[in-house]
Amino acid sequence: MATQLSASALKVADRLTVLVADDNPADRMILGRLVERLGHQVYLAENGQVAVEQFSERRPDIVLLDALMPVMDGFEAARLIKQQAGEDLVPIIFLTSLTETDALVQCLEAGGDDFLTKPYNPVILDAKISAFRRMREMHQTLQAQRDVIAAQHASLLQDQEVAKIIFDRVAHSGALSHSSLRYLQSPYAMFNGDILLAANRPSGEMHLLLGDFTGHGLSAAIGAMPLAEVFYAMTAKGFALRDILFELNDKLATILPVGVFCCAVLIEVNPDKGLVEIWNGGLPDVMILGPSAELMRSVASTNLPLGVANRQRFNPQPEVMVMRPGERLLCWTDGVIESRNQAGELFGEAGVHEVLDAYLGHPGRIFDGLLGALERFHGSPEDDVSLLQVVMPERSERIPSPRATAPPSRPQDWCLSYTYRAASIREQNPLPFLLSRLLEIPGLRPQAGALFTVLSELYSNALEHGLLRLDSAWKQDSDGFALYYQERGERLRSLVDGWIRITLNHLPTPDGGMLQIECEDSGNGFAPDRACADYAGRGLALVAALAQEVEVKGASSTVRVVFSW
Amino acid sequence: MSIQATLSADSQVLTISVKGRFDFGAHQDFRNAYERSGLTPQEYVVDLHDTDYIDSSALGMLLLLRDHAGGDSAQISIVHCNPDVRKVLSISNFEQLFSIK
Repeated sequence: MATQLSASALKVADRLTVLVADDNPADRMILGRLVERLGHQVYLAENGQVAVEQFSERRPDIVLLDALMPVMDGFEAARLIKQQAGEDLVPIIFLTSLTETDALVQCLEAGGDDFLTKPYNPVILDAKISAFRRMREMHQTLQAQRDVIAAQHASLLQDQEVAKIIFDRVAHSGALSHSSLRYLQSPYAMFNGDILLAANRPSGEMHLLLGDFTGHGLSAAIGAMPLAEVFYAMTAKGFALRDILFELNDKLATILPVGVFCCAVLIEVNPDKGLVEIWNGGLPDVMILGPSAELMRSVASTNLPLGVANRQRFNPQPEVMVMRPGERLLCWTDGVIESRNQAGELFGEAGVHEVLDAYLGHPGRIFDGLLGALERFHGSPEDDVSLLQVVMPERSERIPSPRATAPPSRPQDWCLSYTYRAASIREQNPLPFLLSRLLEIPGLRPQAGALFTVLSELYSNALEHGLLRLDSAWKQDSDGFALYYQERGERLRSLVDGWIRITLNHLPTPDGGMLQIECEDSGNGFAPDRACADYAGRGLALVAALAQEVEVKGASSTVRVVFSW
Repeated sequence: MSIQATLSADSQVLTISVKGRFDFGAHQDFRNAYERSGLTPQEYVVDLHDTDYIDSSALGMLLLLRDHAGGDSAQISIVHCNPDVRKVLSISNFEQLFSIK
């Protein structure tokens, strides 16, 4: 024999276990010895049934199987062995003296991978065993990689499940169950990067945030966390929309990588005054519909999305406008406009306007109408849509909250006075700070809402009429209203002189306490009785309804309010 | 989608043209277009003449380019937008950050 084959020629790792099944003892022995001399370990079987038993017991790497055997032939044995092997690749080589094409095809159909014809040629036998060893190794590598990928994928999905639970709790929470709201958020993949938040200020206004992060999944969810945290915390402390916007933009610009940002609409709904404030940065137009669902106004995006602009460039000034009870506001993320049907056509703004036209006179059905139209257009429920509807609630004529039973407090007897000068007034809102001082008095906590309203009305009066010299008479109609708030922003930015002093004087009484709030400004005073138009002059009336005593002194540049419990 | 970058003869202006959909699929190519080593153009032009769709991830990519080109001091113009593309850019008020022609 030209080729020298011996056991020592093989590395241990290359040694295989080989099952040889042949009913002819001489053939079996010859082949067994041949394989052994190639360096492999051999198990022998004299028929198909023994071969199957040997296979279950020994799990050999390769099976050499005679086709025609008593008890069980090679075809049946091959089927059973392949069955047992399952996902593992166990090459079966049929040993045959058959030469008819049909018989050879039958071998392959039974699960055989190759044939070896008698008499055996050791060089070919070695080559075939080596070829199948390589195939086995490849198969094992593939299986191992597949298992690693599957395990990682499973763990990723699990992480996403957990993250989604957290995201859902953060992103769709707060005061969303309020009766004036309707919304739809459909799940897309794991998360869609859309976020909808609602919360109430202590003074009763509702803040809403509808946002859409670039990207999907974890990166979007991560941005949602700080966004929600800042939004809830600042709203609960009584901050105004512009303060919250400023902080949100700053926070996102700091933590998000360049290229990730949040298109958002922020809304403040103030039923007491019949006002909404709307800030749109990167979302489609916000629509305001009248009592018969006619389109009254739309608020287009005039700002960069949150997290893009630096402090200097960012404009946190919302648009302020009148909204009467029963009027409704609709807004959505771009999933609505960019929804495409099977033919690839866009739903577009035209689609939205068609729906609005169709439901003219039926304002209560707009929301469902829009959902239905999207579903019909798309052919299935749309999966990347966030939609929000706010109906302006009836003005809640607020009465002083009933004497809530407060925990007994130690008598407190103090007075503090803060003077805010022009630079502070331009940049800051002092109210959350003052309110938090007041809420340290246990007896006042149940009345936080009323207190905050009183403080903010007094402060706005002093600022808008005293310092900025704005005339409430402008607020006769919607246009005047817009002008008023535009002018307010401009005058505030250019304020260089003036001050507002707020004095809180707290006195214990036998049953509880008394708080005097005095608000004084450097202006020439304002005429509290004059403006009684629909939207104006409600400030002091509101204060009067909430406090026990209101006194306007010194040509009305000082207002003193008494609050007792 | 295909992206092509051409440098002007004096190496001062890099023009990046985007064909077809400008969305997340373009991310790597768009980045390669301006990150190739040795390029220091004074000015960038993003030509969207043959762009038929743009999504928010493309907006993100434009911001990355702006950052790469020096942030507030970057000189980037976005040219030849069709009305749909223009609309997406203006909803996000990108004219405050880029010169859109």
